[in-house]
Amino acid sequence: MTTQPVHTLPPKNYLNAKETVASWFFTHDHKRIALLYLASITFFFFIGGIAAMLMRLELIHPRGYLFTSDTYNKLFTMHGVIMVWFFLIPAIPNVLGNFLLPLMIGAKDLAFPRLNLISWYVFMFGGLFAVASILFGGVDTGWTFYTPYSSTYSNGWVIAMAVGIFINGFSSIFTGLNFIVTTHKLRAPGMTWFRLPLFVWTLYSTSLIFVLATPVLAITLFLVALERLFGVGIFDPHLGGDPLLFQHLFWFYSHPAVYIMVLPAMGVVSELMAAFARKRIFGYNFIVYASLGIAFLGFLVWGHHMFVSGESIYAGMIFSLLSFFVAVPSAIKVFNWTATLYKGTITFDTPLLYALGFVALFTIGGMTGLMLASLAVDVHVTQTYFVVAHFHYIMVGGAVMAYLGGMHYWFPKITGRMYPETLARWSAVILFVGFNMTFFPQFILGYMGMPRRYHVYPEEFQMLNVISTLGTPLLGIGYMLPLGYLGWASFFGRIAGPNPWRAPGLEWQTSSPPPEHNFSAIPVVTTGPYAYDLLPDGSKSFTESDDGG
Amino acid sequence: MSFQPLPYEDSTYAAPVDTIFVLLTTLCSVITLAIFAVIIFFCIRYRRGSSADRTPGPPKKEQKIMEYSWTIIPLVLFLFLFVWAADVYYNMFSPPADGIPIYVIGKQWMWKMEHPEGEREIDQLHIPVDRQIILTLTSQDVIHDFDVPAFRIKHDVLPGRYVRMWFKATKVGTYYLFCGQYCGALHSQMIGQIIVMTAADYAKWLDEAGATTSGSLAGEGSRYFHELGCSGCHENSKVVQAPSLAGIYGEPVPLESGQMVTADDDYLRDSILLPGKQIARGFQNIMPSYQGLVSEEQIVALIAYIRSERNTPAPTAGSTP
Repeated sequence: MTTQPVHTLPPKNYLNAKETVASWFFTHDHKRIALLYLASITFFFFIGGIAAMLMRLELIHPRGYLFTSDTYNKLFTMHGVIMVWFFLIPAIPNVLGNFLLPLMIGAKDLAFPRLNLISWYVFMFGGLFAVASILFGGVDTGWTFYTPYSSTYSNGWVIAMAVGIFINGFSSIFTGLNFIVTTHKLRAPGMTWFRLPLFVWTLYSTSLIFVLATPVLAITLFLVALERLFGVGIFDPHLGGDPLLFQHLFWFYSHPAVYIMVLPAMGVVSELMAAFARKRIFGYNFIVYASLGIAFLGFLVWGHHMFVSGESIYAGMIFSLLSFFVAVPSAIKVFNWTATLYKGTITFDTPLLYALGFVALFTIGGMTGLMLASLAVDVHVTQTYFVVAHFHYIMVGGAVMAYLGGMHYWFPKITGRMYPETLARWSAVILFVGFNMTFFPQFILGYMGMPRRYHVYPEEFQMLNVISTLGTPLLGIGYMLPLGYLGWASFFGRIAGPNPWRAPGLEWQTSSPPPEHNFSAIPVVTTGPYAYDLLPDGSKSFTESDDGG
Repeated sequence: MSFQPLPYEDSTYAAPVDTIFVLLTTLCSVITLAIFAVIIFFCIRYRRGSSADRTPGPPKKEQKIMEYSWTIIPLVLFLFLFVWAADVYYNMFSPPADGIPIYVIGKQWMWKMEHPEGEREIDQLHIPVDRQIILTLTSQDVIHDFDVPAFRIKHDVLPGRYVRMWFKATKVGTYYLFCGQYCGALHSQMIGQIIVMTAADYAKWLDEAGATTSGSLAGEGSRYFHELGCSGCHENSKVVQAPSLAGIYGEPVPLESGQMVTADDDYLRDSILLPGKQIARGFQNIMPSYQGLVSEEQIVALIAYIRSERNTPAPTAGSTP
């Protein structure tokens, strides 16, 4: 890296503007709320992570000596529920999105700052129910809550957990609403729709899903509670209900929910690719339409979770075909990121390593998704470890890699300080290796036929299970290291200055950390978001295209 | 007891499923590795400090052509595989007319199998090699899943309805039967075995197992038909108006609502448990529900009995047998 001018922290910024504890818990500042979310989801991530470690430890031995079946079932339920609703879904939108959306479009805050704070309280209140249901004895339904097991047969704290998720959903809806209105109404002068950074486009697409899909989940859980508490026959055939109805409703939400996790990750990766290739993103318009296309098509493929569930085989064929189509916009993005590197001036700082890790793991996850979309193949591998591996490549390999990449990239903006670069690079590599070692063997296990959610299993599956478990310490180190050094660097890192990456985005045109209201004066936008060539110290000049591309 | 290693090609589905899988894996790997290779090449060539040529890239029009070609060409290749996979899938769940019908009832946490000759098994299913096996699956409680990886078949087993699928085992051996859908505490112990035997061994097994049964499934159903009081109304009674069930199986039934349904397993099951759901034309809704009074096994036997009577002509009204 070239020699940096010596910077100092701005004397007044959002972190020290007010210093009481109450000023944090009653803040309306989107940046502070983002940090409240950061602390909360990090806490939940480690709860969910510990459950996963215990499960992997258990699976070293085919007879499962460590826990009873019941405990094991509660562990995977806890892992799923916590990771999906209390970490993955809020991770990028509520931490990075909350922090960056107003900064990126040149606004002082979100449209509804109080609603933003309420959404965090609602989130925590939901979390309270989820944690309480775990502490009181847990739930053993799996995060999918399939009926009639969840509504009639399970003995766990299903209602408490369902209430937690029900409440949690409102925090998603509030955030989605807030982001949509903010993007429509609070763009700075000159910030046209096609000058929006791609991260903003993906947040916008994600918010549409938040608002349209989450109510369906709330209704579904409400119906489960109605049947469980009052015996109203909705899903249990002995009461005159239909168990498949639950799966249709559940996946109508939960498939789009996968895109809630992945779309913002794609947005982050688009920013990182451009920043570290120091180039305009290739095919800006295609990426924008791909994001909206994913948000739309994501609502039409829920039935691909149900090819062997008893849905009609003709429905299965339609859902299979649509699932092939939904792969198209994702593929467009991967090709465009690759093309962005072409003729770039690439530096391999930590955020780019994470972004490249994302592309690799997301591509593998996406390709195996196509295998799962192929009907006859799905019959063999669905509900096995093949599916487990597939969605971890998308949701952990994809979403979490992008989240960490984004955390490193915007860390100097959030804290005003730099993280230790060498350690961070090693940490990214360790995570990548640990992830593949943990999850790649599971593809093979799945094709060999090992069903998921098995606490004991036939001996011929042991070898691959042991390899998978051996990957988890690496994975754990890959997660613990950033927690340690980012925590340290928040207080002791080198002062970063306003724009350490020399990036053109609006968020970099204010001090680091930003002042309470983001900008000393509302900026006026005259170029697209990736005008690296127009920067005074941009290393190369491009004149190939107009605003967006 | 020795199991075959997995996933062995031991049913007629194994070859097509594996072929599609290998083609998919090849196609996906080629694309993935090509992307990785290009990324790595760009990363090295265009690293900061390299002297690579960075004059502006292709003009906008060429960019668009690239965007469309890298979108459409892979899609067409994949659609070809979609059609093939859909065809195999359709086949799996469209049973042929002839084959050995086996009823499977799942419950927490065991599998109950019923052969047409009346043999019953728990967590085991003996079948002959190279014969079409037609499974009718149902559950007594929660959703289970009949999953035999070696045969590449799997389908959820739902309470309250029958699912049908079929396969043909091509090799003698013992294979895992897993429960593939999470069903509660001992889900992972709901494991059975499928024992595929030569025709001769199977005939011998039927003889031995048959010695302990009290006749065929249909015969048993006939007994229930009388014991449970079905015959009182449905066997030519002059007192109560109820449709005769002789010869009804597989035939269209006109309903009071004006619709037509086929008298298949699901219709018969519903008519026993939810008699008010579909009323046969010309009759009144007077039959009481047997919900809670008959077990899934008894229903299966009753259906087998009604099916066995399918070639008996329906008696004309007023005649006595």
